[in-house]
Amino acid sequence: MTHSFPWLTALIVLPLIGAAAVFFVKDTSARLVALAVAVTDLLISLPLWWLFDASSGNMQFMESALWISSPPIHYRLGLDGISLPLVLMTTVLMPLCILISWHSIESRVQSFMAMLLIMEGAMIGVFLALDFVLFYIFWEAMLIPMYLLIGVWGGPNRLYAAIKFFLYTLAGSVLLLVAILVLYFQGGHTFDILQLSQGSYSKPLQFWLFLAFFAAFAVKVPMFPFHTWLPDAHVEAPTAGSVILASILLKMGTYGFVRFSLPMLPDASQAFTPLMVVLSIIAIIYGAYMALAQADLKKLIAYSSVSHMGFVTLGLFMFNIQGIEGAVMQMVNHGITTGGLFLCVGVIYERTHSRQIADNIGLTKPMPRYATFLVIFALSSLGLPGTNSFVGEFMVLIGTFLWSKVATAFASLGIILAAAYLLWMVQRVAFGVPAPHMLPKLRDVNLREMVALVPLVLLIFMIGLFPNPILTRMHPSVEKVIGRFLPPAVEQVSTVSQGLHNDAGFTSTEAEAKQP
Amino acid sequence: MTFAVGDLFLILPELLVITAACIVLVLDPVLRPSDKDGLVWLSLGTLAICMGLTASQISAPVEAFSGLVVIDPYGAFWKLLLYFVTGLTILLSHSYLKEERLYFGEYYGFVLLALAGMMVMVSAADLLTIYLGTELMSLSLYVMAGLKRSEPRSLEASAKYFVLGAFSSGILLYGISLLYGATGSTRLPAIAAAISGRSLDDPLLLFATILLAVGFGFKLAVVPFHMWTPDVYEGAPTSVTAFMAVASKAASFGAFLRVFIEGLGGLKANWSAIFLLLCLATLVLGNVVALVQTNIKRMLAYSSIAHAGYALIGVVAAGRLANSSGIASVLLYLALYTFMTFGAFAIVAMLRKDGIEGNEIEDFTGLSKRHPVAALLMLIFMVSLAGIPPTAGFIGKFYVFMSAVEAGMTWLAVIALIFAAVSAYYYLRLVMVMYMREPSDVTDSAPQLVMSPALSIVLACAVAGVVIFGLYPNPLVQLAMQAVLTLK
Repeated sequence: MTHSFPWLTALIVLPLIGAAAVFFVKDTSARLVALAVAVTDLLISLPLWWLFDASSGNMQFMESALWISSPPIHYRLGLDGISLPLVLMTTVLMPLCILISWHSIESRVQSFMAMLLIMEGAMIGVFLALDFVLFYIFWEAMLIPMYLLIGVWGGPNRLYAAIKFFLYTLAGSVLLLVAILVLYFQGGHTFDILQLSQGSYSKPLQFWLFLAFFAAFAVKVPMFPFHTWLPDAHVEAPTAGSVILASILLKMGTYGFVRFSLPMLPDASQAFTPLMVVLSIIAIIYGAYMALAQADLKKLIAYSSVSHMGFVTLGLFMFNIQGIEGAVMQMVNHGITTGGLFLCVGVIYERTHSRQIADNIGLTKPMPRYATFLVIFALSSLGLPGTNSFVGEFMVLIGTFLWSKVATAFASLGIILAAAYLLWMVQRVAFGVPAPHMLPKLRDVNLREMVALVPLVLLIFMIGLFPNPILTRMHPSVEKVIGRFLPPAVEQVSTVSQGLHNDAGFTSTEAEAKQP
Repeated sequence: MTFAVGDLFLILPELLVITAACIVLVLDPVLRPSDKDGLVWLSLGTLAICMGLTASQISAPVEAFSGLVVIDPYGAFWKLLLYFVTGLTILLSHSYLKEERLYFGEYYGFVLLALAGMMVMVSAADLLTIYLGTELMSLSLYVMAGLKRSEPRSLEASAKYFVLGAFSSGILLYGISLLYGATGSTRLPAIAAAISGRSLDDPLLLFATILLAVGFGFKLAVVPFHMWTPDVYEGAPTSVTAFMAVASKAASFGAFLRVFIEGLGGLKANWSAIFLLLCLATLVLGNVVALVQTNIKRMLAYSSIAHAGYALIGVVAAGRLANSSGIASVLLYLALYTFMTFGAFAIVAMLRKDGIEGNEIEDFTGLSKRHPVAALLMLIFMVSLAGIPPTAGFIGKFYVFMSAVEAGMTWLAVIALIFAAVSAYYYLRLVMVMYMREPSDVTDSAPQLVMSPALSIVLACAVAGVVIFGLYPNPLVQLAMQAVLTLK
């Protein structure tokens, strides 16, 4: 499995080298250097998509080296069908983040670009790490750059938002460290994620470990009621920071659930399912309601993120192929769509210096191209068939349906509410009557911004119309996760399918057969 | 008791350091001020030679002077650390003392004498020899703390340090005398042998253990014996503060661990309970009180108190573990703590400029604009002190918590980590002040900050330690694990 060239290491190290390199050039060329590094990283990551063996659920492109001898901690990386789309999403989004910050960041450009690149390296590291300690190091290493991104280049209330973000996520993840250490001693003195995922642990131990994992991952997702840092951080962060937060950072939480909580702690995961479902549904509905009430575009999107991430956590804890695949799909989709929405807000903020809906009304006339982008991203966000989010949300709902129809009904409410707040926002921002004094400020989207936005639009339709390439790559890996639930789940599946048989007239095996 | 001339070779590093100290003290009055830099070179040269000597001595334990002193890898680990810190202190002092207008050649003499005391502390295998080393270190530090004779705070620091230090030495002696009464010896192996058959409830032993814990508690500055720390750290010249916070703490831990593991190993169950209480109190109070400090030196004082608390976790774990991973984690923790704390104090010393007290946290406002490199270094030290990867601070905490979990005290690790998260607040506040506040008009006109060559070396060493051992701690981990193998 080992390849001659360490592609995965290159993915992580290149941005870090780039981060150091930007300090050796002038401010103006720092942007170019950063862009070049991010694009190169994207070019390195793209071939992985085709080199990836879609028929295998194992880790691929693995690299391993002993890092610390006692306790044995390895530098171990690998890519599977779950991390592949997330890594690619990261490498696609980073150049766009740099492009969109081209003019909006004028002070300390070198440091800003360095922070973005450090973030990129750390985030890719999180998705690739196969050693628990290595994972934790990447997981925590991004706190400081993100803290600085918000705190130095953020909005007026940035100090509060930055420290709140930092302390929330740090407090959550310290318990993760303890859980990692406990797992080491209970799981055969190893930090190897794959090996730990094979082990079986006593139920009380799983219970506590699940809570510790939950503290770290739920804060990051963020699940209700740990979401309060998110609106603050989103609103105050510069555009690129918001995009990274919403599109990539939040995914690390759900990635943690699917990579660690589910395979390592199957019994506890099942025991906690009711709680997770309830919290997810609260997040879906509550996030949507809060979004309805927002006058600030960024806040609106922030709350919509809470709502959409609710779908992801809901799908993950269904333990069926539709639910988990839908959830992973939705992680990617949310990254693309919400990233696009935040980029749009950044574009308009650069012109009007306001994120208030009331200050940005009726943009169709002066900025037709901009309005088009905004409408596409909004429609994708509300899950219009043909766009990417439809696929993910639909699969999650199917997965939920197999588990509980009541839960599905409540979750669907979120889609309706999403349509409400997004269409209402579009109605005002795109189709309202603009204030005359605003008109001169409104130049339409320029070439640089087009380059930042168009890739996301393409991805929205590519995934929306042809989801299969992603699904086939994901399928074996997701089945492997579900495999962890099979032994005890045999009777559970039968009871679920029995219930379904009586009610709906089709079994879960039939539903699974429909899967590509 | 027989005297073998060969034993003198075993303590050659100690003899060299003391000789160098005497030469510095003698030469200082006769040298012209322009030649006094030679004393710095002499001191540094001595340290380099000692470093080579001690490194060559790492082998199986050898006893000297009828078992008063033992030359073993454990002592060598601490000595190497102490040489390193002393070298950094001398370099830091070189520019800092000029800034403070303190031209005392004795200063370097006292640094070397303190070092000699510390070396005796970490290699002594007899309680009275340890006491001797402790006193030599403390007396030198009392003088150094009061070196800014014109400044009341410095004098106050010195007086306070002296009174409380003398008090704690008395308690330590009292504990030693009780232990002698109970066991009939002051030699650690003999004490261990005498204890092995005794019951844990023996009141005399219990009392002696408590007194020794209190005595060392003062030296380690753990709560509730920490009161002197903030005042002394604040009042003393910053270079002395850095020396105290790092070297004196390391040497005290070195002696303390040897006494409790080698001498009182039979009473593990007793003392690990005592240190558990001290550890919890230290973690809570150190971190919480640090939150409200406005003076950077006081904040770092409380931070150093809190860090002693983290190191104590390893001690508590060592009391419950059959293997030596707990003790190794303490050694590792203090070695890593050295880099970040010394680095932080070096930046504080650098900010000290004519007329400007660089000691308030507010003085760091906008440092990232005024001196980006200093701000970046301080950022790295703060992140490391907060224990956030990929810095040395994380590695230190990782091993300490690991030994706690291994000893079955997961709850202690949870509490300590929660307070580590609390500590992030005050460390990051400094980052916030440096990076997110604009410099005001007053500080705009502040004199240009310069990094002298000596200071640059200090900072380069500190930051290299923080970053390299954060990314690749393996060599240091191995060294710490080997060092404790011979400790019984």
